[in-house]
This record gives sequence, structure tokens and C-alpha cells, in this order.
Amino acid sequence: MNTSYILRRLFYGLLLMLGVVVLNFLLIRMAPGDPAVVIAGEMGGATEEMLESIREEYGLNKPLLVQLGIYIGDIARFDLGESFFFNQPVTHLIGLRIGPTILLVVTAQLLSIVLGVFLGVIAARKPNGIMSAFVSVFATIGYAVPVFWTGIMLIILFASIVPIFPVEGMQSVRLRDANVFVKALDILHHLVLPAFTLAIIYLAQYARLSRASMLEVLGSDYIRTARAKGASEKSVLFKHALRNAALPILTVAGLQFGNLISGALLVETVFNWPGMGRLAFDSILRRDYPTIMGVLFFASFMVVIANILTDLSYRLADPRLRGR
Amino acid sequence: MTLMTRLMGAAALTVTTMVGAPVYADGGTLVIASTQVPRHLNGAVQSGIATAMPSTQIFASPLRYDENWEPQPYLAESWEVSEDGMSVTLNLVQNATFHDGQPVTSEDVAFSIMTTKENHPFKSMFAPVEAIETPDAHTAVIKLSQPHPALLLALSPALAPVLPKHVYGDGQDPKSHPANSAPVGSGPFLLEEFTAGEAVVLKKNPNFFLEGRPVLDEVIFRIIKDESALMIAMENGEADAYPFMTQSSSIKRMEKADHLGVTTDGYAAVGPINWLAFNTASEKLSDVRVRQAIAYAVDRDFITKALHRGVSSSQRGPIIETSPFFDETIPSYDADLDKATALMAEAGYADGMDLTIDYIPGPAEQQKNIAEYMKSQLKKIGINVEVRAAPDFPTWAGRVGGHDFELSMDIVFNWGDPVIGVHRTYLSSNINKGVIWSNTQQYANAKVDELLNAAAVEGDLEKRKALYAEFQQIVAGDLPVYWINALPYHTAFDQKLQNVPTGIWGFMHPYDQISWSE
Repeated sequence: MNTSYILRRLFYGLLLMLGVVVLNFLLIRMAPGDPAVVIAGEMGGATEEMLESIREEYGLNKPLLVQLGIYIGDIARFDLGESFFFNQPVTHLIGLRIGPTILLVVTAQLLSIVLGVFLGVIAARKPNGIMSAFVSVFATIGYAVPVFWTGIMLIILFASIVPIFPVEGMQSVRLRDANVFVKALDILHHLVLPAFTLAIIYLAQYARLSRASMLEVLGSDYIRTARAKGASEKSVLFKHALRNAALPILTVAGLQFGNLISGALLVETVFNWPGMGRLAFDSILRRDYPTIMGVLFFASFMVVIANILTDLSYRLADPRLRGR
Repeated sequence: MTLMTRLMGAAALTVTTMVGAPVYADGGTLVIASTQVPRHLNGAVQSGIATAMPSTQIFASPLRYDENWEPQPYLAESWEVSEDGMSVTLNLVQNATFHDGQPVTSEDVAFSIMTTKENHPFKSMFAPVEAIETPDAHTAVIKLSQPHPALLLALSPALAPVLPKHVYGDGQDPKSHPANSAPVGSGPFLLEEFTAGEAVVLKKNPNFFLEGRPVLDEVIFRIIKDESALMIAMENGEADAYPFMTQSSSIKRMEKADHLGVTTDGYAAVGPINWLAFNTASEKLSDVRVRQAIAYAVDRDFITKALHRGVSSSQRGPIIETSPFFDETIPSYDADLDKATALMAEAGYADGMDLTIDYIPGPAEQQKNIAEYMKSQLKKIGINVEVRAAPDFPTWAGRVGGHDFELSMDIVFNWGDPVIGVHRTYLSSNINKGVIWSNTQQYANAKVDELLNAAAVEGDLEKRKALYAEFQQIVAGDLPVYWINALPYHTAFDQKLQNVPTGIWGFMHPYDQISWSE
């Protein structure tokens, strides 16, 4: 893999980010509603002078293109501005929430890949068996069901019928003074339902994908050769077949990252998870422009990075692509 | 018990043991759940429940109020109103300090009232305050341009937090001062942690100026925006109190929980009124007979008893019915479809008319459902109503503030004294396009202006009541607003809690006397 390739990818990534920033800015400004009225409304009403001073303070009375120019300039200096609503730096607000979101998204991603691939491999072993049928049905249902519905069903199940998992929040406030170990366990305990909810839709996809991919690979000559030379079934499945079937899974995993982040928005809202998704959702309702744009910028940044990493790892995994 | 249930039970027990039993601080922790998000914690520049609840714990104020609308000493151990009502002298306690150790002086009180006057959205609270003299460190003399009987109530914790001048007097705009998110006050609790949009954690102020208070060690405000998640938190003990609850299903659900009590006490000063506003400047609604016809067509009883399942109470006028200024004798517009139809015909609309209704995005039970009910009810008198749902607050505020509406449902608070929360809706001088919760109805009546201006300066309580009675009779006739119901604010709380605040300000009042019974 040569350096110029990486540089080129980074440059495209940068261009993409710029496009995202401009598009976000313009789309958000097109939404009806004046942020000054919202801020004044949140304060409990205001006089006209107060509205004017709010517009002045947040630069809302400048022409749109000037505001865009200022915003891009600020972003180039890694300054995402100050929240209209909280009067706190957006980077601080995101900083508080990035951890919970990453924890949720990464857990869900790992859970869906590991379980999904495992189910897919099992199903591919006997394409006409019960397990295969089960995986297909499960995958179809899992893929079809909206994530918020799954969340609400799980809440109903675990809130009243089998109350073994917490259904909202990330930590118990009663454990504020507890030690690190207890706190970590508490977070894991809270993570179970949101992570599973977010994972389920992707888990189904991975199961289907790896089943199809494995079926294709299992029909190849080299698998027959491996079997002929006496390799064990486990070794054939996981060493010879899965490695080759993994490439499409890897690609999808990278592309899926963006979907996971948008899925996190719903899951965080349903489970009161203190992450970026909920911040974005609330900020849209409040017309808190800097915060919405900050969250979108950050989320796109993560997606772009994830895509670049996928691209690179793809090349690492497939020796045939390395020279290109 | 089936094997499955046993297994589940065992699993639950294991998880609970792993996670540990609740850890209480010595004096106890009070966890208050709320669906409302505070922007920051400084009530001097921000109105509303979300900020006022934590702000009244962090900041002390000159006075506080009991459940009988009587002022009580707080930072001011005594006070005198001059004969002519033109000045109020506050004698401050000697031993009060801010959380950073600096003493609370008359300078701080003077600075705070002037800052609030300039920056708080409720301009009428301190508008007549001309200057505040500070003859010594513990005496503040408030000089007024006219008598201002609402002043004492405006010195309550929810409206007049005493800010440290040495922090806020640095020339930065108090509305966006960084200290608003990390405030230093002299109240019973001090800020430990503020996670915007998530939680506010307060610890006991060990140097609080009132001996032996506060009792609690810790107060935590948890923001849970989803009502059903909040219900679960209350039921399983993750939260101890839920004030400002309005949904009938939630109220009924909380009443069923064995360990919880539910009360309607503590909201007298808030005076939250749910109403239907008329744009009196629109051609169709400029005719008072049309407005009255609409009022006669709507059945308040149906709304409070059926739509609200009996948890709310009817509200007949502009001043909340629990206020001493409410006039019992005003016309109530009991449902009468014949009268309504006759009024429509009289106004020249026998063939009916088309109208739009907006509603503030909020609890469907108080807003959307009533708007839908009105649509079906007004059809009976020939009015074809289009319900215009707003996806969010900014959209609604833009329409109503911009006077681009015909009918609009809204919730507006009285805030204790009519001068603070009532005048703004009816004074013709407060017609301000673009400004929400001003006189967006564009109602103008010279007699009403005269009465309100007179009541604002009338020091004699009985005379003041008489002025407000006359005002209520006139607006009930003119009907710029059709008042529907008082918002059914309820508080759910753990029954082991003692001294749950039930005064006129409820949970917007210091929690220094709350304790756990065990």
C-alpha cells in the first residue's frame, strides 16, 4: 500500500467533509423558526430589543453566506462554536457524549458482527437444514423490524415482566459514590438492552450476508481440496472458508458504521442514553444550530474515518488489491 | 412459581447484588426527576421551571413564602415598606456567605435586583425599581418610581436569586455568563456537577446561614425526557420525586404505586392556565360575538372530566382560581350550543366560517386533544376548523409571535402576582410582534389598561382586589382569550420524604427542610 494512495483517500475525505459542512449549514438554515425566538421563548418571553441583542450576539443578523464563511473558518480552527441553548462550547457538549455513543455503537457493531457471522456460518454448513431456515427467518424479521419498535418491546418486557435490566439511562445515580468496578458493572448492565436493540438489525444483515458468502466459498475448488486433504470441518469452515468469505462482510461493516450512528440516534432517544444522537435530536427541536452542525460534523467525520479505515483494511485483508 | 420465573428472579438478584445496593449519603439523597431541560442554572436571567428548581437551591433570595402567601425572612431577616409605598428596606442576616466563602452584602442584593431587572424576561417585576441604596453592608433600600405591591413576591427565590457581585460584576453579559453553568450562590446546596441536558448534582452547603439546615446531603435532578421511562424510574425507586406532572395516565399510575404519594399542593403561585387565544385583529375574530359563540360551543366540563379524566380543574378567568385576586362572579360561558348558534347568526356568520387552530407542542392531552375536540365541537355551530399541528416549538412560536394565527392553544403562567404574569397578556402597550407571550391577541381596551395600571400601584389589598375584579369582568366579556383549565400539576413523591415543599412555589422553593424519615 503506497503513501500516495492514503494521501489521496484523505484528500477525498476532506473534500467530502467540506461538502457535508456546507450542505448541513444550508439545510438547517432552511428549517422554519428563528433561533432567537426559541431562545427568548426558553427564557420565558422577551422584548424586541432582547430578540435583537440575541441575534446580534449569535451573529444571526449577518447575511447567510457571511455566516457560512465564518463557520467554515471556525471549523478549520476546530472551533465548533457555542451552543445557543446551553451557552457552552459545542466541543464540550460533544465531549461529554461521545464516550457513551462510541461505547454503544462499538458494542453493537461487535455484537452484530460476531453473532451474525457465527449464525451465518452455522447456517451455511447445512443450507437446507433447520438452522439455516431459522437464520433466514430471523434475518428477515430482524431486518424488517424498526429499531425503535424493538426498543419499546424490550422496554415493556424488561420494565415490567422480567425486570432484570435497566431500561433507561447509562448509570444509576445512586451509585455515584461507588468504586470504579461497581460503576463499570453498572454501565454494562445498562448497556445490554440498547446495544442489543441497535445490534439486532445489523446482526440479521451479517447473518444473511455471511451465509450467502459462505455458501459461495464452500462451493469452491480449494474447499474441496482442503476437505480432500483431510482438514477438519472446523478448520475448513473457519480457517479456509470464512477468511475468504470475510471480505464482503468487512466492506459492509465499514459502510454500516454510518447507519449504526444514525440508528444510535433512535436507540439513545428510546433508552434515554446520554449520547450524541439524543443531543442531535434535542438540538434540532431547539434550533440550536451550532450544536446540530457540530454533532453532524463529528458524526460525518467518524463515518469518513471509518470508511477510510475499511478501505485500508480491505487492502490488508486481500493481497490482490495491495499493488493497485 | 415456574422454573422460568425462578431463574429470572435468581438472575435479577444476582445482577442487583453485582451492581450493589443503593448507596445513600448520610443525610440522604433526593433524586428529582424532570422532563424539562434547564439551559443553565441562573434564575436571574431565565424564567421557567427547569432552571428555577435548581436555581432556588443554589441561590438564596431576600424573602421566601409560606403556603398562605405570607412572606417569610430569608436573606432579609426583616423588611419594612415605607408609608407611601415608595421604598422597601431590607435588613440582611449577618452570617450569610456565598459558596466561595465571600460574605453576602447589600451590594450583592442591589447588584442582583438591578441585573434581574435588566435581563429577566419578566420586565414588570422590577420595572418601578429606580435605585437601590446600600447605607451599610447589611441594609438595602429599594427606591421605587411608584408604589409596587408585587415587589415582595418578586423577591422570592424563584424570581430574585442573589448573585455574587464579585463573580457576575465582571462586565460579561449575564444572560450568557459562563458562571450560569457553574454558579456560586448562598443557598442551601452548592453545585457539584452540571451535565447539560442530563443531570444537575448538588451537595449540601455546610456553611448555610440557617442553623441546622439543609438536612439532605445531596440533591440530584435527573432529566428523563420520556415520560414512560420517568414513570419506571419513579416506580423502581431510581427517582424520589416527580413534580410538575400533568398527564392523567401518569398521575393515575403514580397513585397506584404503594410507596408513592401524590399531591396537587405547591402550585398556587405558578398559576398555569391552559387557554384558547383569539387573534382579535383578524377580521372574523374581531367580532366579540364570534369569540363568545366559540366559548359557548366548548364544554369546559367535558375537557376537565372526560379528556383529562378528572385530574384538571376548570379555569374561568385570566387570574388563576386559587389566587386571592380571582373574581368568582365572572361569566363562565357554560356550554350552550343554541346561544352559540344565535351569536354566530347575529354576527352575520349564519352560514359558518373557516378558522385555523394552532397549539403549542406539548402534552397532547392538554393541547392536541383539546384542539381536535374543538374542531368537532365548533363544527356544530358552522365553524370549519383546520388544526395546524406545529412540528416543534420554533414553528409554533413563529406563527403566534408573528401574529400569523387565528385560534391558538397555549399554556401561560400567572407567576404569583398578576403584575408579573397576567398584565403582559392584556395590556395594549405589550402588543409586540415577534415576541411570544406578549399580547399576541392584539387586544386593546383603554379601560383595561387603566385598571391594570392602577392595580399595579395600589398598596391596599382590598382596593387592589376590587380593581382586578373589574378587570376580570371586562376581559371575560371581551374575551380575547377563552380560559379552559388550570394545568393539573401534581407531584409524586416517595412517602418516606418529609416536608415535601407544598408552599405557593412548591418545588421552586429551597429544599432545606426536606428530610428522609428513615
